[in-house]
Amino acid sequence: MATFKFELVSPERILFSGEIVSVIIPSAEGEMTVLAGHAPLVATLKTGILLVQTSESNGKEFFVNGGLVEVNQTSTTVLAEQARFLEDVDASVLEAEILTVETRIEGAHTEEDKKRLRETLVQLREFKHVFEGRKAA
Amino acid sequence: MPSLKDLRNRIASVKATQKITKAMQMVAAAKLRRAQMAAEAARPYAERMETVLANLAGGVTGSTAPRLIAGTGADKVHLLLVLTAERGLCGAFNSSIARLARDKALALKAEGKTVKIICVGKKGYDILRRQFAAEIIEFIDLREFKQVGFANAEMIAQNVLARFNAGEFDVATLFFSRFRSVIAQIPTAQRIIPAEIPAGTQQTDAVYDYEPEEGEILETLLPRNLTVQVLRGLLENAASEQGARMSAMDSATRNAGEMIKKQTQLYNRSRQAMITKELIEIISGAEAL
Repeated sequence: MATFKFELVSPERILFSGEIVSVIIPSAEGEMTVLAGHAPLVATLKTGILLVQTSESNGKEFFVNGGLVEVNQTSTTVLAEQARFLEDVDASVLEAEILTVETRIEGAHTEEDKKRLRETLVQLREFKHVFEGRKAA
Repeated sequence: MPSLKDLRNRIASVKATQKITKAMQMVAAAKLRRAQMAAEAARPYAERMETVLANLAGGVTGSTAPRLIAGTGADKVHLLLVLTAERGLCGAFNSSIARLARDKALALKAEGKTVKIICVGKKGYDILRRQFAAEIIEFIDLREFKQVGFANAEMIAQNVLARFNAGEFDVATLFFSRFRSVIAQIPTAQRIIPAEIPAGTQQTDAVYDYEPEEGEILETLLPRNLTVQVLRGLLENAASEQGARMSAMDSATRNAGEMIKKQTQLYNRSRQAMITKELIEIISGAEAL
């Protein structure tokens, strides 16, 4: 299968860099799958799981929270505000994140900021729910 | 001529100092490795961000461009965001950043512009306070954080952004020290508002699809870019600080070693001279009998 170059970068480090077959990205407007030869695109991310397929049978999952994705002819780059390997995520990490967002809503100055943060909060809560469901299964 | 006891004391004290500087050097070296890794790990993100931003910004010029790119249209009030260390004993690190900021502030004032300064880090604040007490509008203390991270950068960026939105300034410049190597740290001034779009980045001809709208993406991207630039400044600064401290402490250790060598030689000589003198006294006394 055709492969393309994919990079997952967080402010702290590069989490993934290499040739992959496909990637499922939790974009703000819904999940989308990027394959080789995808049309150029820039989209923002929401909180969710990013699934990288390095080959047809091998995949890797990441937790991403905010950021954006840039797809061009040759490569795809995800600039995540926050990204971790999914194995490293547990409920306490999410709890802590929810708490920081909550305190930031209280400290936000403008209505716009508050609205944006509330959206993030909803996404996080939703994700936590999904995450716990996955774990139970 | 100092007595033997004086010399002994002096040697002991220099040795004690040498031990401290040596320890500081080793601590700085260990911290440097971590700081350097953090700084280098943050570079790709900042670079990719710049490329994406350059691609996006190419599409929105003129009156529709957000203020963070286009500026307020005025050039009257300048904000200098000066990042320095919280601790001293790191050579010319703090003073070189402060000097760069001071020169810029004086040049701006000479042009009749208003200057406002935000100091991050105690050392830069201490230096700049002497001359620009009236201009410093805020001092941000990061002493309690062992390692600076995204959260710190975000806090600073939010602060700057709130001021920008309140119309407190037109142009913001970030001052920090770029980490080149252990012996070379380059004090750098970088304009962050309006965002400096790096020239020469390859603009891809491809027409991008935007999800959501182009303007909306830019709205979220630009504040984030500000945070990333501040973060980069902080991380580069952390690495530079440790590098500067390491080389400063290295030369201090070497100087102490030299001093010990000289003093020991002087001590041995005067001790030998004393013994010889006593021998002569004894021998001549015996001969006289």
